[in-house]
Amino acid sequence: MNLQVLDNQRVAADPMLPRAVPIRRITWETDDTFTLFLDLDGSTSQFKPGQFNMLYVPGVGEAAISISSDPTKPRAVAHTIHRVGTVTTALAQMKHGDFIGVRGPFGSSWPIDEARSKDVCIVAGGIGLAPLRPLLYSLFHHRNEYGRIVLLYGARSPLDLLYRVELEEWVDHHNVEVLVTVDRSDSSWKGHIGVVTNLFTYVKLDARATLAYVCGPETMMKFTLAELDRRGVPQEQTYLSMERNMKCAIGFCGHCQYGPYFICKDGPVFRLPQVQHLLEKKEL
Amino acid sequence: MQTEDLSQLLRQHPFVADLSDQHMHVLAGCASNVRFDDTSYLIREGELADKFFLLRSGRVALEIDMNERGPLRIQTVGPGEVLGWSWLIYPFRWHFNACAVTDVRVIALDGKCLRTKCENDHDFGYEMLKRLSHVMERRLEATRMQLLDVYGSNSGAPVQ
Amino acid sequence: MYTIEEEGLQCILRVLRELGYRTIGPRLHNEAIIYEEISDLRDFPRGWIDEQEAGSYSLHQSDNDRFFGFVGGPHSWKKFLFPPRKQLFSASKQERGFKISASVDSDSTLPKYAFIGVRACDLHAIAIQDKVFANGEIADHAYSSLRREAFILAVNCTRAGGNCFCVSMNTGPKVESGFDLAVTEVSADGGHYFVLEVGSNKGETVLDKIPHRPAQAVDTERADTAIRAAAGQMGKAMNTANIKQLLYENSEHLEWDDVAKRCLTCANCTMVCPTCFCSTVEDVTDLTGDHAERWRRWDSCFTLDFTKVAGGNFRPSAKSRYRQWMTHKLASWIDQFGTSGCVGCGRCITWCPVGIDITEEVRAIRGEQRLPPSHDMEMSDNKAKETI
Repeated sequence: MNLQVLDNQRVAADPMLPRAVPIRRITWETDDTFTLFLDLDGSTSQFKPGQFNMLYVPGVGEAAISISSDPTKPRAVAHTIHRVGTVTTALAQMKHGDFIGVRGPFGSSWPIDEARSKDVCIVAGGIGLAPLRPLLYSLFHHRNEYGRIVLLYGARSPLDLLYRVELEEWVDHHNVEVLVTVDRSDSSWKGHIGVVTNLFTYVKLDARATLAYVCGPETMMKFTLAELDRRGVPQEQTYLSMERNMKCAIGFCGHCQYGPYFICKDGPVFRLPQVQHLLEKKEL
Repeated sequence: MQTEDLSQLLRQHPFVADLSDQHMHVLAGCASNVRFDDTSYLIREGELADKFFLLRSGRVALEIDMNERGPLRIQTVGPGEVLGWSWLIYPFRWHFNACAVTDVRVIALDGKCLRTKCENDHDFGYEMLKRLSHVMERRLEATRMQLLDVYGSNSGAPVQ
Repeated sequence: MYTIEEEGLQCILRVLRELGYRTIGPRLHNEAIIYEEISDLRDFPRGWIDEQEAGSYSLHQSDNDRFFGFVGGPHSWKKFLFPPRKQLFSASKQERGFKISASVDSDSTLPKYAFIGVRACDLHAIAIQDKVFANGEIADHAYSSLRREAFILAVNCTRAGGNCFCVSMNTGPKVESGFDLAVTEVSADGGHYFVLEVGSNKGETVLDKIPHRPAQAVDTERADTAIRAAAGQMGKAMNTANIKQLLYENSEHLEWDDVAKRCLTCANCTMVCPTCFCSTVEDVTDLTGDHAERWRRWDSCFTLDFTKVAGGNFRPSAKSRYRQWMTHKLASWIDQFGTSGCVGCGRCITWCPVGIDITEEVRAIRGEQRLPPSHDMEMSDNKAKETI
């Protein structure tokens, strides 16, 4: 095998090769979820909200992780990660100055232009809020071009809530209506308790003028989509982010296929009519 | 409070907003306007279920006492929603606690009074049952989803 | 069109090797005919005939000396263009971070292959994999280089196998395009020779260096007759009318439950299929942890953890995995790449240990459909018979 050491330019040109990137810092959001802040060279890190990177730990493997930072600040790329497998556990042990490999960004993004002059309803379940945060940041940059922004966010318990400080900032400084619910709690929580779809009871949406963006576990998304439909939000105005096993992220390895789609390049963001008929099928 | 004023308040609540005038009058006869302070209990597990609450403002948490772990809260209800239907179902006992997590205003309906009126006027009874079944169905659906514990170890973003 | 003798074929091998090609052709090995490096006509499995049925493959010597009397074996050309194992890169620890080393994949480092004896179905399979790996914005560099450099000597089948259905898939038995040289082995007067067609400039260059003469009408007639005979002998047939809709709309057909009882999810079919392209990556490291490598290797959608994610597995059942493979191959592939993914080579039928037959599965799914019989198998068989 004839291998040569490659310079950064060559590496950046090949989507199968990771570029070595240093970690700026790591902060813990909950006891099993953390955010990695990377020190990226601005020119190679432009991304759109909803896209993901493949994060590589040499010798351990790669994980597909949504980018969860502000797309207009490409030097401060961050990923919020749920520690749940070998690669994410290895990433959780990183600290300032360590290097990881990054490939990307890959995938389709949340469409924002169509939301101009419309209301936006974002429904996030669990770590699904992470790939939606860049969308919110993008909306904030031109806040007055959009109508209402409603965020419905559900998590397992109060201890599992992400970005708690920011949620308040979004209410105070960016005119976002934020409703948060948890599946269960003890008596210290004064907020809503119940499934995220319950929160629709407390917001009156102007359905036909609303664009909905949904991300969370697939089951939660299905319930949410049913509720949005019940309330009259048009399917063509509803977007969701799908998840499948990914190895290459460029449509070669075949793992992420969902019906005829490759989630890594036709998705992960889809307009609902594209996948509505597939969501109803079992074990696809 | 006068029955006419109560009818007005009732009209504003989505649960009964579209009742006929005649049935509204029947309902108002069992109604009273009540306020609960933050942290007070509207319902206590095991006690006689003699009230039906239509929430006007504030939030109430449904709570189950787990001896080993203290109270676990599994649901909140808010303005426009209803609380408690055990007044209609034998043996008419509460199965959970309900605690106000903010100051709460409700229209409290006397359970026994309501039950008697349902028995005597089946048309009225059917209107109540129709609305209650809808609430129960939605509550059951939501509870099922909570049971799935979807946030357990799953994530919403692409593979972790 | 031209004709060449046996020695012409030998010359072609010699010329190609002098031009720097690694000539890959059929060999008999472990009771199967496989594709491996050859250098001489004596390496050919002359006279060997294969009998293929669902779940069965056997060889016997015939009484003729043909070079290409057999149909094929478990190998296809994807083994060379899309190697089963390939190192993608290595990462070596530095004082700060790590450095990536990768194969530069330039024309000088990759082998130049000459494929000797590519059947029409397999030629289509190569074109299908081209659309996967060398089309669009992102192309596999190594695949593109190998492909560009490869020399293809195709062969028109004069005998169809027991599991062949290239006629149904419109992929043979005659090669149409995409080759450098194509030969048809014909018999006459107790001997045999080859009718040869040139398909490219590369092919022209090679032809100029070997003894040949222009083909006469009788030669081309012999070739056409032999090819038509093969077309009429197809062991299997598949009705592909509206097959995309058929499979998309029948995801809950009872046939999936039936095949799931038989399928072992052994992945043989995906290994032998000339168009299957799924792969996975393996990350390995040495004991010190200073040196890590990433390798790509073939994978199969039949494996249990193919769709495993942190929260679970999307296709845990054999039923869902068989349905995924067949629906992808015959239906979704059309939406993804514009053609069917199946070339009718029949390998999946031959090498399935329990003899599952993809043409039978399609038939079973159609059986419950009350579609008007606009296209049925007899038509394609009749069409072949008419022309003989």
